[in-house]
Amino acid sequence: MRRGITATALVAALALAATACGSDSESDGTSKGSGELSGTVTWWDTSTVGSEDKVFKKIAEDFTKQHPKVHIKYVNVPFGDAQNKFKNAAQSGSDAPDVIRSEVAWTPEFADLDYLAPLDGTAALQRPDDFLKQAAASTKYNGKTYAVPQVIDSMGIFYNKKIFKEAGVEVPQTIDELKTVSKKIKDKTGKTGMYLRGDDAYWFLSFLYGEGGDMVDASTKSVTIDNPEGVKAMKVVKDLVDSGAAKTDATDGWENMQSSFKDGKVAMMINGPWAVADTYAGKEFKDKANLGIAPVPAGSAAQGAPQGGHNLAVYAGSKNLDASYAFVDYMTSADTQAKVTKELSLLPTRTSAYAKQDVVDNEIVGFFKPVVETAVERPWIPETGSLFAPLVTEYTKVLTGQTAPEKAVKTTGDSYRKLLKGWK
Amino acid sequence: MAVHTSQSVAKAAGDDVARGRSRGTGNPPPPSRLRRALSTHWYAWTMVAPVVVVIGVIIGYPLVRGIYLSMTDANERNVERSIGVNHSPATYKFVGLDNYTEALTGNQFLGTLGWTLVWTVSCVAITFSLGMALANILNRRIAGRSAYRMALILPWAIPGFVSVFAWRFLYNEDRGLLNKILSGGGIDGIPWLNDPTWAKFAVIAVNVWLGVPFMMVALLGGLQSIPSEQYEAAEMDGATAWQRFRHITLPGLRPVSTTVILLSTIWTFNMFPVIYLLTRGGPGEATQILVTQAYKFSFEISPRDFAQSSTWGVLILVLLMIFAAVYRRVLRTQGDDW
Repeated sequence: MRRGITATALVAALALAATACGSDSESDGTSKGSGELSGTVTWWDTSTVGSEDKVFKKIAEDFTKQHPKVHIKYVNVPFGDAQNKFKNAAQSGSDAPDVIRSEVAWTPEFADLDYLAPLDGTAALQRPDDFLKQAAASTKYNGKTYAVPQVIDSMGIFYNKKIFKEAGVEVPQTIDELKTVSKKIKDKTGKTGMYLRGDDAYWFLSFLYGEGGDMVDASTKSVTIDNPEGVKAMKVVKDLVDSGAAKTDATDGWENMQSSFKDGKVAMMINGPWAVADTYAGKEFKDKANLGIAPVPAGSAAQGAPQGGHNLAVYAGSKNLDASYAFVDYMTSADTQAKVTKELSLLPTRTSAYAKQDVVDNEIVGFFKPVVETAVERPWIPETGSLFAPLVTEYTKVLTGQTAPEKAVKTTGDSYRKLLKGWK
Repeated sequence: MAVHTSQSVAKAAGDDVARGRSRGTGNPPPPSRLRRALSTHWYAWTMVAPVVVVIGVIIGYPLVRGIYLSMTDANERNVERSIGVNHSPATYKFVGLDNYTEALTGNQFLGTLGWTLVWTVSCVAITFSLGMALANILNRRIAGRSAYRMALILPWAIPGFVSVFAWRFLYNEDRGLLNKILSGGGIDGIPWLNDPTWAKFAVIAVNVWLGVPFMMVALLGGLQSIPSEQYEAAEMDGATAWQRFRHITLPGLRPVSTTVILLSTIWTFNMFPVIYLLTRGGPGEATQILVTQAYKFSFEISPRDFAQSSTWGVLILVLLMIFAAVYRRVLRTQGDDW
């Protein structure tokens, strides 16, 4: 029982530490008294570590040039953990950030849980009409605006031009072509055709849309994942993996995907603008021209990729709301967005930013802008952020041969109906 | 047993004092038992009071709260929240034993329990046998004995999460050391964490690696307390090595081995870090044990399902209590003082 006692002591110590931290953040949260902003703003960024984070840290800290009395505390939280970490912090109120980079699907959920401050009429939301309609959609919940769009994105197929040339293949337009291209690459170069993430269901969406399916249909309030299209999409990805056209992993998908693509071990991956800066750091892409990007291959029914992106939201319990609002406005201004595009090739959310030279010149933006415009928008309801957890379990089970596609979508559909009370 | 004895002694002493006092004061009304206990043991009670309060606050309250939550439909969206300008009252309601019926009749709990039992039994059995073998080897006078002992204790000395992460790198299908060694020998890489069966094997292997030092040290201590005269006598009688192990070592280790098996079972049953850090319960749900699944309900899915998570938590507690009770009874019938 020694363990029990140490555990108890640990809990007690943690509780003490937590309360100590809580009182700490209370004392340094001074807001403007004489009109000048001051105090500390903690920002939780979720951008890719090792490439994007450095740029965002620098841009965020430059905020102090305009407001010398404000201290920006930049914290990078890995994207995969951020949703849960923010919930833990927001609920307990201790160590929560002032500003969070909230993925589009998380935003309505956080708003529904009362964690976010409404931004209408505050300094955070300047010229709201300037934002792309698609980008602004996810920031609204129950008639109020809870976040400001920071970047918008979609997905495409990234390919290694050198390997394609060696194998003598063209970019696949459909999934059938993808299979023949993969086979040719394997035969000619011995390399694997594509990496497909098996530990994140977001990478499954373009295949689901390609077969004409979707997770849910909010207009008719019905769950659609277990329609025949969903079954077909599961069969498509399983076939890609089983036939050797694509390889996958049940853990560490992001690291494995990036490293095998960057080292030239696989010729293709499906990915979005957030991966561009990291991919350029790889040894195969020292010559940036070696990276090709094309629309995701079409399925038997359609061609489509999900529309995603990130918003900046302010924590409702922040002790320094005014400085946080000003910081959000600074980070989403057209100038900052153009700077981000120049460094990281991420897509701005302001119409006016697209007129800036840095954005006009960027090839990646030139490719993704039309893709985003036709991308599939998900319903921005609080439950949208909850749809992936049940799906990813079943998706991985299908890819690792533990369950049949029919059963997988049925189980997913059942959990969706539990989640969305009263939906068909 | 020691506890029992001291209690009865104290009671006897208390009775004596009470009798003595009543003789002195003549004819007082008979004091109530509670008062008598308080008046004789007030000093002891004062001394233990802080501990009782602390335990009540940090163990009792969460336990009671957990049991209460397991009988509601509480989740992230209906508990009370008050953050900044936003306020929402609690709207969850009492649902009785519905959560328990759902857990015990659905196949998720029972399926997870099945794998948890396989995991616990195989981990404890393998760890115990390996620990026993190593302890016996290291109990002999062999060259470099202390160096071996140090090396074998090492897995215990490294923080658990560090070694689990190291194993995760070793297991990586493309870039991991294990598969590189295999491919060097001309063998195809093994999908350590990507295939459900291999993943089960992989998590058990890591847990055994982590658990062997504790077993070994505990059993080594037990071995050294067995008097060497017994072995000498057995040798004189012509007992073989196996007979000596079977009839001297094993019975001599009983007090130690029963304790470590009980402890190890409880720890393995609730071994959160190995599963969570190595596979997160995956691929799919192949390596999910009860605690990691309860954690998933409460922290990974959204909206967080506090009610279901507490239900699983209470069920885990009940299962372990039943196990401890049965284990103790079995030992007692075999004549152990426990």
